[in-house]
Amino acid sequence: MIPAIFAYIAHRAGLVDDSAAELVAAARQIDVAASPVAIVIGSGTELDVACESLRDSYSEIWKVAQPVLAHPNAELIRQALVKVLPRGGIVLVPHAHFGMDLSPGLSIKLNAAFVSDVVRIEGVEGSLLKVVRQEFGGQVSTHVNCDISSGAVITVRPGACKPPEGSPVKGAALVVDKSADVGALNTSRRYLQTVVAEAGDVDISQYAVLVSIGRGIQEKDNVAIAQELAEALGGAVSCSRPVVDAKWLEKCRQVGSSGKTVKPKVYLACGISGSSQHLAGIKGNPFIVAINKNPQAPIFQVADVGIVDDLLEFLPELTKKIRELQSVSAK
Amino acid sequence: MEILVCAKRVPDTSENEIQLNTTGSDLEREELVYSINEPDNYAVEEALQIVGQVGGSVTVVTVGSEDDEEILRREMAMGANQGVLLSDDAFLGSDGRGVATILKAYVQKGHYDLILTGVQAEAGAAEVGGMLAAMLEYPFASLVNSIEILEGRKLKISREIEGGNREINEIDLPCVLSIQTGINEPRYVGMRGIRAVASVPVPSYGASDLGLDANVVGAAPAKVKRVDYFVPARGKGAEILGGSREENIEKLLALVTAKGGLS
Repeated sequence: MIPAIFAYIAHRAGLVDDSAAELVAAARQIDVAASPVAIVIGSGTELDVACESLRDSYSEIWKVAQPVLAHPNAELIRQALVKVLPRGGIVLVPHAHFGMDLSPGLSIKLNAAFVSDVVRIEGVEGSLLKVVRQEFGGQVSTHVNCDISSGAVITVRPGACKPPEGSPVKGAALVVDKSADVGALNTSRRYLQTVVAEAGDVDISQYAVLVSIGRGIQEKDNVAIAQELAEALGGAVSCSRPVVDAKWLEKCRQVGSSGKTVKPKVYLACGISGSSQHLAGIKGNPFIVAINKNPQAPIFQVADVGIVDDLLEFLPELTKKIRELQSVSAK
Repeated sequence: MEILVCAKRVPDTSENEIQLNTTGSDLEREELVYSINEPDNYAVEEALQIVGQVGGSVTVVTVGSEDDEEILRREMAMGANQGVLLSDDAFLGSDGRGVATILKAYVQKGHYDLILTGVQAEAGAAEVGGMLAAMLEYPFASLVNSIEILEGRKLKISREIEGGNREINEIDLPCVLSIQTGINEPRYVGMRGIRAVASVPVPSYGASDLGLDANVVGAAPAKVKRVDYFVPARGKGAEILGGSREENIEKLLALVTAKGGLS
């Protein structure tokens, strides 16, 4: 028998994101008959609004309200979940900044198996949950078997599970207040404040063309090569995380889940491998061109057009050709 | 401050294309170049900077085999006071929980104020730090991108959250933090530095040294098992332009112009 499935619902200011519906889809991939229980933790009217918004997708919603839970502090929420959750269940959590903070420790406290960043769920055979993960930034995939006989905590990659069509339980959901089960919470980690990212000198989200560079740009002096191409195209230079880590460009240029979300018409990914965190920042279905020396780079799976070449040679020649065409048409 | 950094030796993907063996049971490891997991190197640098400010020592520990000693020596050349190898046939096949169990046993042999890990290694699980913290009953924070030492055995830390925003927390010591890349600029390690620590002994501890029941680690109790590696079906995938560079540029410009990228 497949154990009961619980979905941890991430929410902010009363709004849940796509992951709430995606975790229903994930639960049904574990067990077609699953009717997962949503667990929503927070405080005040925001919490109630979040619970209300789940009535379309969940048939049972457990809410845990405490003033101290107003900001999602993983240390406190872990304690609350350990008190509320029955042992032996499967707990689904979105694999994002909060899920990474919460889930590994939660699995220890529940004495449950743990699998993170699952991209596909293949089903259950006996006591084994069969899933697919990726390693090496998406260069290879792996089949993973997880023994769920004492329960499991599974983090699911955002966007990996498509929500089911229609609305199976509209308006009928039961909201159960579990706050009384939680009791006093205390932690040696205290939330102080959230600091919003600095705007920086360029707003890359406003450009129709982005020349985006990754580790393949190799050194700071080479950034100029991308800058020249961006100028020729009337676009801007953006980048992936390693370029910011190396301090070659400012944080405001970073595309991805921990950087900016962009929606250009054309996205030239130059020397970018294409990690899921990076791709999460590209919206609006742009025309993606991948230029990379490594033909195995995952970026080629999502790009429209790929060129296997050394970008340090390719980009200057591309810029030169554009400038030639522009000087011809200007005459 | 006594700081322990948990590190791992991994195939360096900036140096390698990852290929699978014919059965998909493993990577083709013959030609791989290994290095320290990049986030772990940032964690060691952060530890060195903290000790530079407030004194103390940095120990770098890894769970693995003799081959993994090279990253310990590299980090010692960088300035870490000690490298420690946790190695035993009984450890082979451990899942994340198994690795955290081994590390916990080592941590409890000493007195560490602060334990750092890299945010994740090559498998992208990002699990050992949080598990270790829960086992030790220490507070934990992931994705840490700045650390400030406060009075009264506390730290002020910043976590990376969505959109480049940062979440500021105060956390009591001892604690476990997973360190995000970009938190600092790791210092350069030259061959001379590595030679200088070449003969420094690196202690190795096995299950019995750590007082570990060999049945709680390794493959047997692992609840999570990797079955195989595979390269996913390409799906639609990119149309790869296979012409000369000049032809590719022409074709690309035509496509980009059609998509509104060049007027």
